[in-house]
Amino acid sequence: MVWPEKNALSLDASEKQSIGAGVFRLCDGCGQTLDAAALAAAFEVCPECGQHHRLSAEGWRRLMLDGGELSAWDAHLMPGDPLRFSDGKGYKDRVRAAQRKSGSDEAVEIGRGRIAGRAIGYGAFVFDFMGGSMGSVVGEKIARLFERAGEEELPVVLLSASGGARMQEGILSLMQMAKCVAALERFRKKRLPFVSVLRHPTTGGVAASFAFLGDVNIAEPKALIGFAGPRVIENTIRQTLPQGFQRAEFLLDHGMVDAILSRREMKEHIAALLGHLADGARRRA
Amino acid sequence: MAAVILPFERPVAELIDKVRKLRALAASDPRFEPELARLEEKTNRLARELFADLSAIQKVQLSRHANRPYTLDYVKRLFTDWVELKGDRRYAEDAAVIGGLAKFHGRSVVVIGHQKGRGTKENLKRNFGMPHPEGYRKAIRLYEMADRFGLPILTFIDTPGAYPGIGAEERGQSEAIGAALGAMARASVPIVATIIGEGGSGGALALGVANRVLVMEFACYSVITPEGCAAILWKDGSRADEAAAQLKITAPDLLQLGVVDAIVEEPTGGAHQDHDDAAVRLDRALWSTLTSLDELRDEELVEDRYRRFRALGAYLA
Ligand SMILES: [Zn+2]
Repeated sequence: MVWPEKNALSLDASEKQSIGAGVFRLCDGCGQTLDAAALAAAFEVCPECGQHHRLSAEGWRRLMLDGGELSAWDAHLMPGDPLRFSDGKGYKDRVRAAQRKSGSDEAVEIGRGRIAGRAIGYGAFVFDFMGGSMGSVVGEKIARLFERAGEEELPVVLLSASGGARMQEGILSLMQMAKCVAALERFRKKRLPFVSVLRHPTTGGVAASFAFLGDVNIAEPKALIGFAGPRVIENTIRQTLPQGFQRAEFLLDHGMVDAILSRREMKEHIAALLGHLADGARRRA
Repeated sequence: MAAVILPFERPVAELIDKVRKLRALAASDPRFEPELARLEEKTNRLARELFADLSAIQKVQLSRHANRPYTLDYVKRLFTDWVELKGDRRYAEDAAVIGGLAKFHGRSVVVIGHQKGRGTKENLKRNFGMPHPEGYRKAIRLYEMADRFGLPILTFIDTPGAYPGIGAEERGQSEAIGAALGAMARASVPIVATIIGEGGSGGALALGVANRVLVMEFACYSVITPEGCAAILWKDGSRADEAAAQLKITAPDLLQLGVVDAIVEEPTGGAHQDHDDAAVRLDRALWSTLTSLDELRDEELVEDRYRRFRALGAYLA
């Protein structure tokens, strides 16, 4: 039994209680006061300015999958503590706190779902769980996603949002990059499509492994996407970074992604893509 | 090469220097030989004692030692018929990664390694061993060439990490590293990687998806620098020693975690004290490792590599 931490249900800084009028929220983009329920119903996209706020794992399921239904794979995998890592607080405690905060057992969920009737292997990072960091469980689940989707001949749609490797699992978290890409290479041999969606933010070890290796790469508007974090770069080159650096639009300009899609059009667009890619396979077979 | 001496290695370094001088004398006058033998024995004993107790951060310092043999120092000593190959065919030549063809015990191989520089001028050229995307794309080109022509791949890992800069991001540092991991994973030839110095994160791993991974005794391999880790955890880069210990990045740690397959012992006082001896030791380990893969063919090598990395990780099921 996990008891909620004190204040665990406290609201985002931008949330404000207004007596007798329900919950309102301020948009991070335009600063407008928005009805929280309406914002949630719009999958956290501001109706005024189009700003994309963070969407929960459940929200992503509802947005992307028919009926919001995912039959989860390997949800039982739990993190170990191979280094007995402690930064003052032990890694195990950090994991428990992350589980309470995010309502998820780990930083990615995988399984089988449908997009516009087509069965897919689906994966989505849970950024609220330790910044979507990739440790052994995340690496294992992504490897299993590619393996099982390969066996069941399903295309894979994987939605990344991650600060990178999970420091608390040290070198083993680095090894997950190789593991996931090796699994992806096998999957690719079966000529099944991989659509990679880069959400805000996708950096470090997730960016530098499978996230850019999609047959099609799609980014969310204004998402921060890159190898090194902006602060690391600033400290290295000792100059201020240009406006819009490492944002989705910058990546599109530099040829790194195929499209920037808002949440309103994401599912339909991916369904169309998968349709095209499957058509070739059908004709060859 | 100007001798750099770290504070903790000074007693050993000074003795090694005396041994060197005495050896020169003994070469022309055999009367010095008993004294030389005594001094050598003493030096080895002291070095063993001192180096057995090194902390993780001290090993990190050794792995970055300015006098340490770099990839080209090993290339010179391990291989013959070296032909360097340059460029990524897309944008530029990146001197932080070197590659080429060579003979190893009479067998042609593809060699790829990070390359640090000695002195300011060469370090600028080599960017302190921190590759841009072009370095990884050159590596990919050579992995694919090795695959096409059935040549084993030997890599040498020695980088603080992939370069974090504006141009590197503009030209797809992430994609370049990810694609390098993929090219290594699918190559149907034997791959042996050796961590010879600093194994810095994804920038190191892009040369590390091998059938077997060796590590020099005082090399390190980490997901983040101890300084970077301390800065994130405690907003205090000076606590790098604690971070280094927590991260388990020394050769014995890596062996225990299954991340490397064998440790190559270094000469007395570390590889930087005797490049020739370090190369002889690595030669032996590398050759026996490479020949141990002889029974595996094409797809078996891909499968062997897959299983190796597939098994890495610690979770509760
Ligand atoms: Zn707005």
